[in-house]
Amino acid sequence: MTPSPDAIIVGAGIVGAACAYELAGAGARVEVIDGGITGGGATAAGMGHLVVLDDNEAELALTKLSVGLWHLLAKELPRAAEFWTCGTLWIAADGEELAAAKAKYEVYRRNGLAAELLDEKQLYEAEPNLRAGLAGGLLAKQDAAVYAPVATRFLLERAKAKVTRAVVTDLDDLKAGAVVCATGALAGELVPGLRVRPRKGHLAITDRYPGFVRHQLVELGYLRSAHGESSESVAFNVQPRPTGQLLIGSSRQYEVETPILGRMLERAFEYMPGLRACSVIRTWTGFRASTPDKLPMIGRLRGNIYLATGHEGLGVTTSLGTAKILAAEILGRPSPIPAGPYRVERFDD
Amino acid sequence: MIKIRCDGREIVVADGTSVAAALLGAGVARFRSSVAGESRGPVCGMGVCMECRVTIDGEAHRLACQTLCREGMEVKTT
Amino acid sequence: MKFDVVILGAGPAGLAAARAACRTGASVALIDDNPAAGGQIWRGSALIDIPPSARFLSQTRVFDVRAGFILETDLHGAIAGSRLILATGARELFLPFPGWTEPGVFGAGGLQALVKSGLSVRGKRVVVAGSGPLLVAVAAALRKQGARVVGIAEQAPLGRILRFLRRYPAKLPQAIGLRARLVGVPYWTGTWPVRFAAGRRVTLSNGKILAVDYLACGFGLVPNTEAAQLLGCRLDDGFVAVDSRQETTIKGVYCVGEPTGIGGLDKALEEGERAGSAATGQAVRRRTRTGAFVRDLAAAFDLDPRLFDLAEPGTVVCRCEDVSYETLQPYREWREAKLQTRCGMGPCQGRICGPITGCLFGWTAGSVRVPLVPVRADVLVRGGR
Repeated sequence: MTPSPDAIIVGAGIVGAACAYELAGAGARVEVIDGGITGGGATAAGMGHLVVLDDNEAELALTKLSVGLWHLLAKELPRAAEFWTCGTLWIAADGEELAAAKAKYEVYRRNGLAAELLDEKQLYEAEPNLRAGLAGGLLAKQDAAVYAPVATRFLLERAKAKVTRAVVTDLDDLKAGAVVCATGALAGELVPGLRVRPRKGHLAITDRYPGFVRHQLVELGYLRSAHGESSESVAFNVQPRPTGQLLIGSSRQYEVETPILGRMLERAFEYMPGLRACSVIRTWTGFRASTPDKLPMIGRLRGNIYLATGHEGLGVTTSLGTAKILAAEILGRPSPIPAGPYRVERFDD
Repeated sequence: MIKIRCDGREIVVADGTSVAAALLGAGVARFRSSVAGESRGPVCGMGVCMECRVTIDGEAHRLACQTLCREGMEVKTT
Repeated sequence: MKFDVVILGAGPAGLAAARAACRTGASVALIDDNPAAGGQIWRGSALIDIPPSARFLSQTRVFDVRAGFILETDLHGAIAGSRLILATGARELFLPFPGWTEPGVFGAGGLQALVKSGLSVRGKRVVVAGSGPLLVAVAAALRKQGARVVGIAEQAPLGRILRFLRRYPAKLPQAIGLRARLVGVPYWTGTWPVRFAAGRRVTLSNGKILAVDYLACGFGLVPNTEAAQLLGCRLDDGFVAVDSRQETTIKGVYCVGEPTGIGGLDKALEEGERAGSAATGQAVRRRTRTGAFVRDLAAAFDLDPRLFDLAEPGTVVCRCEDVSYETLQPYREWREAKLQTRCGMGPCQGRICGPITGCLFGWTAGSVRVPLVPVRADVLVRGGR
């Protein structure tokens, strides 16, 4: 009879795969279970944008740690993972947003992150196809993009994890040293009462237009959309794929089913009128795992059951940092960054 | 008869000719370059395979087999 | 624009449906992405008979279909219809073999369509290959246009084809007529292309190597069921399920012609007439044919499994994304392969590579989403989603 694995991870998305990779790297024998194909959930639906966000200290710490880890991993990733350091260009539409960009720049500087403030002239040199009348921007040079489904498969292969296709209905059925729930938007179903809400997002991808967009472009209002609690919102976000295709986002909806794809594209046209003429090949939706404070839940839930979920729109980015924090707790080692802000208990009344 | 231009070259065709037929008739083998850089051209003739994509009058990714030639049309292959 | 009946596809089935529907004075719209009506088989024909009271919207692509029924088009915005008749026809099945992506290789119907759109084949050496009655029709038409048809390579064995013709003697005059127009053109059965080499040389499975200008190659027909799938109509074995009135499992949506079963012109005309009548409350004529013809035709031209082994490791399977055969081999299902290799993520939306992977690996391609065809972003935003 084979002994139980050291860890069973439920969820073969980017977060589960990263946890498997980290635990295996520490010598653990890991099994991963998923009811679908690997990387088939939000991992497949998202943009794969690797971004440092500074809305609050905890988010900044986790994204900064994680983007650094992605850069270390980059040289090992297969070509098909399409990792490239495209940078993020935060767009300031007016003087007020430009001031916000300056404040962001200071945060990046203080944290040793490569960044550059762009005035109007420099903005259009960087991105000629933006509409006229914008004020400038902030280029976060260390931000990147990766094609997450391939990275997920890579991490699982490196972990030599046994991957089983099965639906788990009760975490207590699983016998292992540690059981990790990394099921993203579905976590609320597996852990009753868990404050994870699915938050729907739309994306569209165009045919190839090489050079039309050079960096990941995000409007400064993106954070309002991501961190807000409104039932639906859109924010301009476009990523040039290495293929030359343009990945256009972003939208957020809770439960509501009102048409939002059109609104999302219209917002994109406002920033880049030339997108109107681009041929859209596919559109799709996915569900982010959203928590009340927009920070993930990483750590012990109870007994030998741990959580690694609730990553909202930062699952791909913070998968690697999440894995480090989780593995540290499971293995009894110091966490790379203070893990308090991500603990599950913070929602206890 | 109508005149179109493909990559700067003049092609004369009968009215009602598709851009795909016009280009093939003029000996154009490469309508577009595939992801790996191979020459591609029309295959299905009915707007499904997407291999006949060319730039027409500045708009990229137009289907040559589904577009009729018009006087003065500018076609660019990629 | 609002109509009593909207017909998607102006080929023989759609035209027959329009004729039947217009008899009642109902308002009818006929939508097609080609510049003229006729679909594939009647492309370029001068004898197309669109009922004068029907509104023909040509060069129009439908990218979304919803309950209501609302069709979102690129050229005419939203078209509403109380009844919807899907007459979306079929496309060719291509199978990969070394060199199949080289310039000079076309579909069989594909080359025919290009010729009808103005391509001259006068004096051109052509080999027609693949499978189905279409090959002979294409070869005869090309010859009539002055092409030198070097030969026809049909993968089905001769015995099966003859047995089919014996079962359907009504088809015999047509077959004989076509054969007469192809005197001197070899019809190699149980034969298929194995390679298309640089310099436009076709190697056939019987060992012959032929220099050509064009290889016209198609291995049968795949029904265009995407609009039906988007609406939620039930499919059986890849074809749209319909009752004796051509109604699908979605009330008010009818389907006719090749999408309900590959059965050629006669079936298309009969089903179109039936749906056009049913959709406008007229009495529906009884079926003159059972499903036997469709089944027997499929059996006669059933594909030899050796055709699924022609690709070499480096042979492209997904043309849009240049995904090779060996890149796909590790995967066990369509969606997994798609996510890991990008196969099916290109502008053809899996229409070419989906059926190929079905044959080579037994995969079933995934669900259909909006847009049904690539459209400009500013057209998509008008689409109400």
